[in-house]
Amino acid sequence: MGKHLMKGNEAVIYGALLGGATHYFGYPITPASEIAHAAANLFPRCGKHFLQAECEVSSISMLYGAAAAGARVITGSSGPGLSLMAEGLSYLSGSELPCVVVDVQRAGPGLGYIWPEQADYNFIVHGAGHGSHSGVVLAPNSAQEMCDFTYKAFELAERYRCTVFVLSDAYIGQIMEPVDLPRQIQSNPHKDWALYGDAESRHNLLSSIYLKMEELEGHNQHLQDKYRRMAEEIVDFEEFETADADYLFVAYGITSRICHSAQQLLRNKGIKVGMLRPKTLFPFPDVRLRELAGQLKKIIVAELSNGQMVRDVRLAVEGRVPVDLYNWMGGRIPSTEEIVHRLEAETGGL
Amino acid sequence: MLAGVKPSCFFMENKEMHTIKHQKARSLYPTFERKAPGAEVSHYCPGCGHGTVHNLIAEAIDDLGIQDRVVFCSPVGCSVFAYYYFDVGNIQCAHGRAPAVASAIRRTHDDAIVISYQGDGDLAGIGMSQIVHAANRGENITVFFINNAIYGMTGGQMAPTTILNQKTVTTPSGRHAANEGFPIGISEIINSLHAPVFVERVSLATAPKVMKARMAIRKALRNQVDKKGFSLVEILSPCPVNWKMTAVESRRWLEENLEPVFPVGNLRDLAKGPFDRVDRKKAGRVSDRKILEILGVDEKEVHTSSIHLKEEQNVKIAGFGGQGVLSTGILLANCAIAEGLQTTWLPSYGAEMRGGTANASVNISHEAIGSPIVSFPNVLMAMNLPSLDAFEDTVRPGGCILVNSSMVPRQVRRTDVAAYHIPATDMANNIGSPQIANVILLTVYALVSGAITLETLQKVIPLSIKRKNLVNINMKAIEAGIAWLEENRK
Ligand SMILES: Cc1ncc(C[n+]2csc(CCOP(=O)(O)OP(=O)(O)O)c2C)c(N)n1
Ligand code: SF4
Repeated sequence: MGKHLMKGNEAVIYGALLGGATHYFGYPITPASEIAHAAANLFPRCGKHFLQAECEVSSISMLYGAAAAGARVITGSSGPGLSLMAEGLSYLSGSELPCVVVDVQRAGPGLGYIWPEQADYNFIVHGAGHGSHSGVVLAPNSAQEMCDFTYKAFELAERYRCTVFVLSDAYIGQIMEPVDLPRQIQSNPHKDWALYGDAESRHNLLSSIYLKMEELEGHNQHLQDKYRRMAEEIVDFEEFETADADYLFVAYGITSRICHSAQQLLRNKGIKVGMLRPKTLFPFPDVRLRELAGQLKKIIVAELSNGQMVRDVRLAVEGRVPVDLYNWMGGRIPSTEEIVHRLEAETGGL
Repeated sequence: MLAGVKPSCFFMENKEMHTIKHQKARSLYPTFERKAPGAEVSHYCPGCGHGTVHNLIAEAIDDLGIQDRVVFCSPVGCSVFAYYYFDVGNIQCAHGRAPAVASAIRRTHDDAIVISYQGDGDLAGIGMSQIVHAANRGENITVFFINNAIYGMTGGQMAPTTILNQKTVTTPSGRHAANEGFPIGISEIINSLHAPVFVERVSLATAPKVMKARMAIRKALRNQVDKKGFSLVEILSPCPVNWKMTAVESRRWLEENLEPVFPVGNLRDLAKGPFDRVDRKKAGRVSDRKILEILGVDEKEVHTSSIHLKEEQNVKIAGFGGQGVLSTGILLANCAIAEGLQTTWLPSYGAEMRGGTANASVNISHEAIGSPIVSFPNVLMAMNLPSLDAFEDTVRPGGCILVNSSMVPRQVRRTDVAAYHIPATDMANNIGSPQIANVILLTVYALVSGAITLETLQKVIPLSIKRKNLVNINMKAIEAGIAWLEENRK
């Protein structure tokens, strides 16, 4: 089977179509626009639906409508667009409608610029929009994973009736790599809760309103139970040389690629560094981090923000090991060497 | 009748009222279980227009025989609970977004009849963008717009349709144009667009007017059944509670004050929509096999050889935007894939691409590639002077620098790298196109690095260029590169 050289952003659309997506609604924004371009090109040719909405408020509302109608729906955007989607994301969670939302993070706040950052972490991972709600957050770090994670996102979204975020960044969106495409197209199953405009589904109601306190509390509890179930069932991460590690890098997305290179260089220099890369940020691999904490001298969280994931790592290890933050903002990306030198300096070489 | 709306009291003095059916429409629930077990009374205030409109819509649904097909999008506003009453598919939407939600539902099911029911705060305030764009796309949906010139649910604040001098809790001395602007005519705005097929403004002030509203509502739904396109009915409707009037007073006030500002009547009734809609069912399904073919899932691999890299290649290709720097990187990455190697390509992008310098980072390796960022390349291809100036010092000792010397008036200063000064643009012009200068550089790179073979380059180029008449000239560029290296190799 041939591998296809494609951008991470394009790979999203290949993963989506093979994952059974039926509808794409979106609004252009750099550095996520190639997702919409690929969708505009490929969705109609594959007999699926593409529409450029007038704004992200509308595109997420269209996801809400089409998901309610039983479609497999996806959109792609970046920070400023995600801010506008907050309302719809909250409604989607409240009405428990499945959808897939790709965030190709750029540098902020405000208009910021189109360079990579990982500063939407708090917003996406800890509930985008009002109310106590979340969604699964997948964190790809290659074009291959942009395809694979989007591919599996639809099934997850339907299993939990929730939003599945694919949280990437400008570099993972723009990078071109060989991608091995999934060979099977997933089908979109019939949902007994959806609105098909027919006699069978006529009695269905999709709403997030609960007028009685105890009912609304019950609904909230039900959502939280679902999130707890996710933590048990789908938490996913990747480890490198943790068995004897004194130091542990924790990073996701583009930063995990750089840290992994640094980790290997440091090992070559005899420094016992391991690495843990969360593939799911929600649920977060906190149990595994807590397990590892006992053997470590230090955890280093590397991220392109003011330090957002680092708080989840600190919560996870419950003070059992010091947790340091290496961070960059504004779009600057560290070189492998910068990270190597910094840890080397701290450890005094060994 | 929708119980509890007190339509009987509302129409008490209008004997004509009795022409409207007394029996409850089938598409309304007999009792409102979603409100409360056994509930027979609605949540609307006495004299409110919402209940009347609900009845008219339900009757029309019954008469058109479309109950099973209807999906009712309720807004945020007093009618947020429309799903208590309508025995049809129901979805509750965020404030103002119902037209976007309805559009998407309609674009999912060709045979669904989708209703967007909205108040004036919902449609003309927060949701102005959604309604205008849904109308402009000519979505095949039906919109019922309840204009009561006030925010009902939240306690009587100003709406975009509040008339001048009308007192509300947020315009306690009346609406003044100088501060709050003028009341918005939604029907007129929608009528300024090309796509809608039906726009009518009606009033609930008197029984004869209600009969007209009934006809308009019916027409707007029938249009959707006939797949004609976008229909909107604006209904001037009383909100006695927030207008601080009795039911009877409110209808008089409506007729005397709202109707002059919002003239009732039909603004548009097209026999046919302005474009043929795409019927997705007829457009036909694309088979899974065809989709796999379109996505190239079964495409064969171009070529696999077993190259042995001396070391991982960290290549930086830099030049002016428009010199084909990014596409050269893609060509190199495609060759690496054809060689069965791992590769990554990362562009510089953004403002600097417009006119300034652009660069691409390409890694080629036997192993999975960690960081795709090339901070310290072992190969630099500099297509212009600013690129050589910017990146010369970053090249790792022992690496190599290939310079397009036609564009770079100086020599490489570093002595710890292999330098090749190739007049690539001049050579390319001699062959017939400046575009192929990059291929000449790539050829020399292939030969000196051994990272890709010339056979692979020759096989991949035809696959990656769109204009097939350029294949020949590219092959000549490869020959030129080979010849240059033979002559200049010391
Ligand atoms: C984003 C958001 N902002 C504000 C509100 C509060 N709100 C609820 S209903 C409403 C106004 C509804 O007025 P209208 O659309 O005229 O409907 P009516 O109640 O008069 O039928 C407002 C502002 C909300 N629910 N959501
Ligand atoms: S507040 Fe006004 S619009 Fe709302 S139910 Fe009462 S009368 Fe009707």
